Amino acid sequence: MGVLIFLAAFIAVSIPLSWLFRAGLARSLPRHMASVARDMPLTAAFGLWVIALYVFVAIFAPLLAPFPERAVVGTQFQPWDSTHLLGTDRLGRDMLSRLLYGARNTVGIAFATTALAFVVGSLLGIWAALRGGWLDQGLSRFVDALMAIPSLIFSLLLLTIFGTTVLTLILVIAAVDATRVYRIARSVAQGVVVMDYIEAARLRGEGNWYLIRREILPNALAPLVAEFGLRFCFVFLTISSLSFLGLGIQPPTADWGSMVRDNATLITFGDVTPLLPAGAIALLTVAVNFVVDWQLYRASGLKEQG
Amino acid sequence: MADVLLTIKDLKIEGRAGDDWLPIIKGVDLTLHRGEVLGLIGESGAGKSTLGLAAMGFARDGCRISGGEIDFDGIDLRRASEGKKRALRGRRIAYVAQSAAASFNPAHKLIDQYSEVPVLGGMARSKAEEEAKTLYRKMQLPEPDEIGFRYPHQVSGGQLQRAMTAMAMANHPDLIIFDEPTTALDVTTQIEVLAAIRDIVRDYNTAAIYITHDLAVVAQMADRIKILLRGEQVEEADTRTMLAAPKAEYTKSLWAVRSFARPVAPPPQDAPLVSVRNVRAAYGKVDILHDVSFDIHAGRTLAVVGESGSGKSTVARVITGLLPPREGEVVFDGETLPADYRSRTRDQLRQCQMIYQMADTALNPKLRLRELIGRPAYMYLGLRGRALDARIRELLALIELEPDKYIDRLPSELSGGQKQRIGIARALAAEPRLIICDEVTSALDQIVQEGILKLLDRLQRELNLAYMFITHDLSTVRAIADEVVVMQKGRVVEKGPKPEMFAPPHEPYTELLLSSVPEMDPDWLSQLLDARAGKT
Repeated sequence: MGVLIFLAAFIAVSIPLSWLFRAGLARSLPRHMASVARDMPLTAAFGLWVIALYVFVAIFAPLLAPFPERAVVGTQFQPWDSTHLLGTDRLGRDMLSRLLYGARNTVGIAFATTALAFVVGSLLGIWAALRGGWLDQGLSRFVDALMAIPSLIFSLLLLTIFGTTVLTLILVIAAVDATRVYRIARSVAQGVVVMDYIEAARLRGEGNWYLIRREILPNALAPLVAEFGLRFCFVFLTISSLSFLGLGIQPPTADWGSMVRDNATLITFGDVTPLLPAGAIALLTVAVNFVVDWQLYRASGLKEQG
Repeated sequence: MADVLLTIKDLKIEGRAGDDWLPIIKGVDLTLHRGEVLGLIGESGAGKSTLGLAAMGFARDGCRISGGEIDFDGIDLRRASEGKKRALRGRRIAYVAQSAAASFNPAHKLIDQYSEVPVLGGMARSKAEEEAKTLYRKMQLPEPDEIGFRYPHQVSGGQLQRAMTAMAMANHPDLIIFDEPTTALDVTTQIEVLAAIRDIVRDYNTAAIYITHDLAVVAQMADRIKILLRGEQVEEADTRTMLAAPKAEYTKSLWAVRSFARPVAPPPQDAPLVSVRNVRAAYGKVDILHDVSFDIHAGRTLAVVGESGSGKSTVARVITGLLPPREGEVVFDGETLPADYRSRTRDQLRQCQMIYQMADTALNPKLRLRELIGRPAYMYLGLRGRALDARIRELLALIELEPDKYIDRLPSELSGGQKQRIGIARALAAEPRLIICDEVTSALDQIVQEGILKLLDRLQRELNLAYMFITHDLSTVRAIADEVVVMQKGRVVEKGPKPEMFAPPHEPYTELLLSSVPEMDPDWLSQLLDARAGKT
């Protein structure tokens, strides 16, 4: 019952907040972008400000958190009170502080991973579509072979071989995800490279880098941006599930996935604290998907007729 | 005259632009009798397609019918329910679109698509197929008993357009709307389609609205002509009166467009700028070009004429180096060009530029005009910063677009004719000596076409450019060419200076091409068909 009231209150507050956020954006942005902000649906505005909130928390975690990330500051499993607003975890660390630092670690790593996967995947995909021939065949069949292995098992395998530092975690998940991005980038770019303006640019003597950067990428961007949002959620969930399995972000670093696992026992006592990091993941996923839906809608050209 | 079939009174249609509704049709009246063919003429954006669709009680997405009456045989189409309108469409009113290739579903056989509506209307499948074959025969399609069992990609464009008309005739509708059915076709194919459409409309006593921007075509087809300009009617009269004595200034200017021609240049004395020598080229194992040779001189225009599939665009690909030839060579200003564009030097690439048929696909939609035009100048001439900016402005002024207004626009913010001008500016930015124009005017209206041709002509005189003008439109050739090469099935059939080419005697194929160009005379099609029938 309490949860339902909380949800209703949350939605009731977020609607005017989203509305204000959109109005603020429309007013503060330069003219040609302001119309985009004005036309965006309320869900997208909601998604944008939630993402902005996460970024804010991730950047200013040390200032916002009342206690350090790793220090034991109380006894085990203290309930919510005025010093420890959300209680403490099984080692006596402050739950709120770890939740705030978790934003930095989990979201930061997820972002770095997705960005890396996109840079590598889309550049290779577009390059393959542009060059064609044996290069395309070689790269594509290699990617197919990688994609044939279930991604979670493949990442578990690589992580056990290379060890579980943050860097290997980023590299491994990025490598696995880059294959999916490669596929999409290649198929979108194949539709672009047959256009006359690519032929014109080739005849002009442009190099591959210019063709990829200025001629193809801007025209393939919309589907890639939409895919970026989706991929980001998947990476997020992969990291969380790897952490839950003990192969992700290693303790004592705060991370939402392992925080759920570590404090899971509390659920049996009717305490919602372990669900908070899970809720944080869920909220970000929903927010990102709202923005992605909006981007897909814009990319599909439906906006012309809306 | 017979009884009235369709009456449109004071029709107003609006289109959505952002938050506003802009008028597209501003109060047009139209009356159509049974069995009558009405020609609708206007440049693009005049609202002729919108008006044609409104005759079916239909408005495109983003448009709405905001006022007026549409009465089809006693049915008020503005107030009729969607279900009632749907029952009319395809059965009593049919529509033939400009691009048959885009309107057929590529995954189904022609006859399956033909049968869909009759079978829905309760006809037995076998009977529908029988009727399809009868109609295919009437439309003079080859092998009428078998052709229906082919897929759309297995028949030619002209045949597809006729199959589409047959499909529209399936339920013997009272009214057919033809929306530029022959615009995308060659002159020789166009004749067959025109003749077939005209005969079948007459035989079934069907009323038709024929939408086109080609006056000569409409002269053959229509009993009456209505001219639209920016959503308003300019003039309406029966065909002969309209052709003989147009009243409105705008109509007279439409008639005058075809008169653009430039003076005949004296025969060239200098060595040719480009020589194509004995070129044989192939895609895979199939030879496309056989022993093609011709010269292009500086400051002169060579028109390469032929129907689609004749290899005229392939020649351009050989010259630009996109398709290295199997045999033969391309000599540019005395030196042989490397066959593949990738082995040419930047300077060799610069000297030969290309303008494409479809400006929409030839301009990167995400780049602003500044970069589109500036890039060749940046690459080839090394212009930077202020010098580059000045050059871009100079080029925009050269193609008659106001620099301050246009320099930061995207291609989507331009009209079709303006986009083609940007294509020209991009070619000019490289300061080339040869420009290959691949059907540059065929996607444009006549008035816009004339503007582009005049611009190209002026630039040629000012910059001493050589043009290779690939086209299937002989009136364009008449207007702009100095020399003409006629191609058929990958071979050069005839070549020579323009005055000789347009004067008899001709090669049989040239004769066929020349005689297929529609003329303004309303009796032209009948006379031509009689003459051809008499010969064979």
